[in-house]
Amino acid sequence: MLNAKLKREFPLHLMLIPGLIIVFIFSYGPMFGLIMAFQNFDPAAGFLKSVWVGLDNFKYILTLEDTRQVLWNTVYISSMKIVVETIASIVFALMLNEVSHKWFKKSVQTIVYFPYFLSWIILGSILRDVLSADGIVNKFLGIFHIHPIMFLGDNKIFPFVLVLTEAWQVLGFGAIVYLAALTSISPTLYEAAVIDGANRWQQTLHITLPGMKSTIVLMVTLSLGNILNAGFDQIFVLYNPLVYQSGDVIDTWVYRMGLVSAQYSIGAAVGLFRSVVSFILISLSYYLAYKFADYQIF
Amino acid sequence: MVGNTSIARKVFVFINTALLIIFSLLCLLPIIHVLAISLSSSTAASAGEVSFWPVEFNLISYSFVLKKTEFWRSLIVTFKRVILGVTVNMILTIITAYPLSKDKKDFRARMVYVWIFVFTMLFSGGLIPTYMVVRSLGLLDKIWALILPGALPVFNVVLLLNFFRSLPREIEESALIDGASHWKILWLIYVPISLPAIATLIVFSIVGHWNSWFDGMIYMNNASKYPLQTYLQTLVVQPSSQIMTKATAEMLRHISERTVKSAQIFIGAIPVLMVYPFLQKYFMTGIVLGSVKE
Repeated sequence: MLNAKLKREFPLHLMLIPGLIIVFIFSYGPMFGLIMAFQNFDPAAGFLKSVWVGLDNFKYILTLEDTRQVLWNTVYISSMKIVVETIASIVFALMLNEVSHKWFKKSVQTIVYFPYFLSWIILGSILRDVLSADGIVNKFLGIFHIHPIMFLGDNKIFPFVLVLTEAWQVLGFGAIVYLAALTSISPTLYEAAVIDGANRWQQTLHITLPGMKSTIVLMVTLSLGNILNAGFDQIFVLYNPLVYQSGDVIDTWVYRMGLVSAQYSIGAAVGLFRSVVSFILISLSYYLAYKFADYQIF
Repeated sequence: MVGNTSIARKVFVFINTALLIIFSLLCLLPIIHVLAISLSSSTAASAGEVSFWPVEFNLISYSFVLKKTEFWRSLIVTFKRVILGVTVNMILTIITAYPLSKDKKDFRARMVYVWIFVFTMLFSGGLIPTYMVVRSLGLLDKIWALILPGALPVFNVVLLLNFFRSLPREIEESALIDGASHWKILWLIYVPISLPAIATLIVFSIVGHWNSWFDGMIYMNNASKYPLQTYLQTLVVQPSSQIMTKATAEMLRHISERTVKSAQIFIGAIPVLMVYPFLQKYFMTGIVLGSVKE
């Protein structure tokens, strides 16, 4: 009996071997490789033979002027993105929900989802073109006698450009979840409200929004795990040395310091910090989502 | 829904419709603008005469791009990575999701394995150590550097295993009684009835591989090994005066850095445009897939 069970389970173990190999090499390997954060890593010597320096890399990072700025930029940009994208997606879903012509709704959706599927290389070069000093956006503003705005070269504006352009890319896609939540609200609630004399605005306030509440809470909770992820691709494509002060985030900093300037151990030390904080936040967000919204990933 | 046709309602519907149209235009017009520039003459483009319709229409920018060896070379790298990458992704996703979808009583080690995979979604070694692992395996400048590190998309495994778990268990039980092996049950029963879910994952995988550029940039030292998006990135982020050296004076009347760049950007977006109808059909299922629970 036991033997039969083992025999039955054996192929299941076998099937997992290729996936396990990939995960052990390319996910657990780098986790082990994080020991380089405590070394003066030399690629020729490898993970095991590089010189051990303890916490020196971390002490060095704390002396850098950029550190606080970069950390602040990361949290500032990503929390603004979470707030703006959540509100924009909800409003967009509500607006679409009010459309009665099916083909119009469908056309709007088709167009608005599209940027989500283009790479930031494509989107970035489109944005760099239209937002440049003599680009079409500034030309349009010129009609109203507004002086050309350096969207991608002004530290005061750049973070907002990042937030708005990402919202532009994802908001259609973000709205899908909320549209699904809207369709699950029972129509009888609205019928009852109409009989009670509630107008559309009151219906939205007292039926639609409460009906979406659990979805909203869930999505915001899950996005908390991403707070140290301010969107590397987008920033890398759009930023330049003029706006490092306001646009440089952990990921772009690690890339420039760790890979471009080959300070591998410093980069890994910053990366370790990022991974540990993200791990805590992601675990916490999954736990909260499970606790309050009964959400389970598997 | 019940609607009253008061004036206030009419005004609301009008404003709502107008805002939605404006927003759709905001998504559409930048892309059309770049397309119009790529089809215009360089003089019209640099004079700022082009908005959403080509001025002095010509295809010279496109023919210039299509004659560039770098462009074709990177396109071939991208085709290779899409074909290899999607195949590897899908095989690994399917054979990993199947055992993990079993019940605990049929596969006692299930939760141990699930945690081994899910932990990689929670914690990562980060950029530098991952780069070092790829480098120490001798994968730099090899196409496998673009395929193996992401060969097992754990999130997709979770989606597919949840889908597998939603299938009626009777199917498997009757196959078991007939003496079918797990391998046969997976490929002859599970995969055929999960085709919509698998198609969704395939489309996502294609777009993912097509759009990736960062791995190409860090793992390929030799620019001739760049996939298309990485090659486009070099044009966008590190603009050069490559055209000036290669184009003849006659051509420069028609093309410029900007028109050629626009043409390449547009070509880089064409495949996504082509699979977009399928994407749109499937990604709704994809999102719903994520919420399917037993």
